Amino acid sequence: MPAIIEASDLTVFRGEREVVRVDRMTIEDGETLAVLGPNGAGKSTLVLALASLLPASGELRFHGEVVRDAVAYRRRIAVAFQRPLLLDRSVLDNAALGLELRGVSRPERERRAGEALARIGVAHLARRAAWALSGGEAQRVSIARSLAVRPEVLFLDEPFSGLDGPTREGAIADLGRAVRDEGLTTVLVTHDRDEALSLADRVAVLIGGRVRQADRAETVFATPADPDVAAFVGVENILSARVASSDEELTHLEVGTRVVDVTASAPAGEDSPLVGIPPDDVVISREASPTSARNTFDGRILRIEPIGRRVRVVLDCGFPLVAHVTHRSARELALRAGDDVVASFKATVPHLLPRHRRN
Amino acid sequence: MDLILQGLGEAASRLVSLDPDVREATSAALAVSGIATLLSVATGVPAGAWLGLSRFRGRELLLSLVNTGMGLPPVVVGLFVAVLVWRSGPLGNLDWYCTRQAMVVAQYLLAAPTVVGLTAIAIQSVDPMLRVQLAGLGATRGQTLRILVQEARLPILTAAMAGFGAVISEIGASLMVGCNIKGDTRILTTAIALDTSKGEFGSAFALAFILLLLVFAVNAVTTWAQQRRRPL
Repeated sequence: MPAIIEASDLTVFRGEREVVRVDRMTIEDGETLAVLGPNGAGKSTLVLALASLLPASGELRFHGEVVRDAVAYRRRIAVAFQRPLLLDRSVLDNAALGLELRGVSRPERERRAGEALARIGVAHLARRAAWALSGGEAQRVSIARSLAVRPEVLFLDEPFSGLDGPTREGAIADLGRAVRDEGLTTVLVTHDRDEALSLADRVAVLIGGRVRQADRAETVFATPADPDVAAFVGVENILSARVASSDEELTHLEVGTRVVDVTASAPAGEDSPLVGIPPDDVVISREASPTSARNTFDGRILRIEPIGRRVRVVLDCGFPLVAHVTHRSARELALRAGDDVVASFKATVPHLLPRHRRN
Repeated sequence: MDLILQGLGEAASRLVSLDPDVREATSAALAVSGIATLLSVATGVPAGAWLGLSRFRGRELLLSLVNTGMGLPPVVVGLFVAVLVWRSGPLGNLDWYCTRQAMVVAQYLLAAPTVVGLTAIAIQSVDPMLRVQLAGLGATRGQTLRILVQEARLPILTAAMAGFGAVISEIGASLMVGCNIKGDTRILTTAIALDTSKGEFGSAFALAFILLLLVFAVNAVTTWAQQRRRPL
């Protein structure tokens, strides 16, 4: 796919401090790119720079041309933020704002704004005053306002983070449908991994103002590029290891007092890599039983903590290991702190990371 | 007590019978203060919006001067305008001394800083992210300014009302440059002062009642504007 936006050496300073630096970043035509990262990573700043909404050094290209006229560029994109930022007007007039700014006639802009409101499931609110909307409704109107201008690139800066669970899920589903149906190029800023997985083709993980990894969503979540990315995307078990031996099929790693078998190869020249084991892939049982899992360890439960719909079980298996199980499994196995259990995971589960951050 | 009751009774009868003196003073006050307020809005709103949005060296000093202007003593403004339009003054050839024009100038100078200062605050109180949002939707600087003024229209209305409230009830400047000429430059406040000095409390009460009514109307509009809900 050709790049619709290409940023090179894009740097944003706040005062003397460099807050974002991107050597090279592309946004492909028709893709949804999620910019994922923890709070304060510079995600919003990066998107503002990509939308030419704040001063940044470096080069920004749109369809291969260097962006020189910011207003003309912004009239071909649209941006929606975490807060709806609606005007004290009717919903329809708010949805039509971008078209009004582009000089589109009133009948035409009302028609297109009405269509955008319908696409995002709030056509019935068109005549209502903006101040009378709930948070979820207002956010949908804000997204409809962006869709109404038929942007070539849609930038969404954490548009759902202020919404409650069910409202958020509904809004994500509607946005996903609208983006898919129109093949809209979208850049979505989020700190929510599920949101990124649900909407994005590619994920760029931003930590400390730098893009640490940009790849297909599945790749980033399955094989994070460095420990920080791994920690952020939810790989809670990141352990120091040493390559004991390897054969054609497996790499044998010394982890704590145990040996862990993995199918992954150690990064080139790295004999003391880090090993990442997603907690969701660790199975807990009361007794060892024949299984295809290459890694089975006796261990003791140190702590049990409920986290939403799952239970986090912290084990000592000769090395610290965290497992996630359902509440039902925890109940049926009668798991309690101090219990001896068996933890297992397949050799295909762990992935190996270089000990030092990649540049 | 009798004096007050007698005065209130006479005031009621003058109001009911639309007494010509009361009518003239009221219409003159509304004309002078209305024009002065309109002029201060026409110039003060753009100036205030610019001041609210711009960032430049000396902005704080300028804002301080505007804020000082909001508390200008009317007699000082009256003195300044009187010297300007005095026959031998810089604008003496206009022959505006003891005219409504001079009163409009004096009241404009009293109202304008209030309109500028409160408009700047009103514009600054609009969510700064709205500017970014408008730019993100492709707004030019002019379009952004227009929409921000629209969004701040109720606080700006408050600014205009505050300006009007300040000049409709001032006396010093209007007396000094208008000379309190009956049927021409005599307005509510100068008429009340004159009637009180002559012991004509009935007329003074009637005029005071109208003035209070106007001030109440201004405050009612301001309160309504302040209590309206804003979108998320």
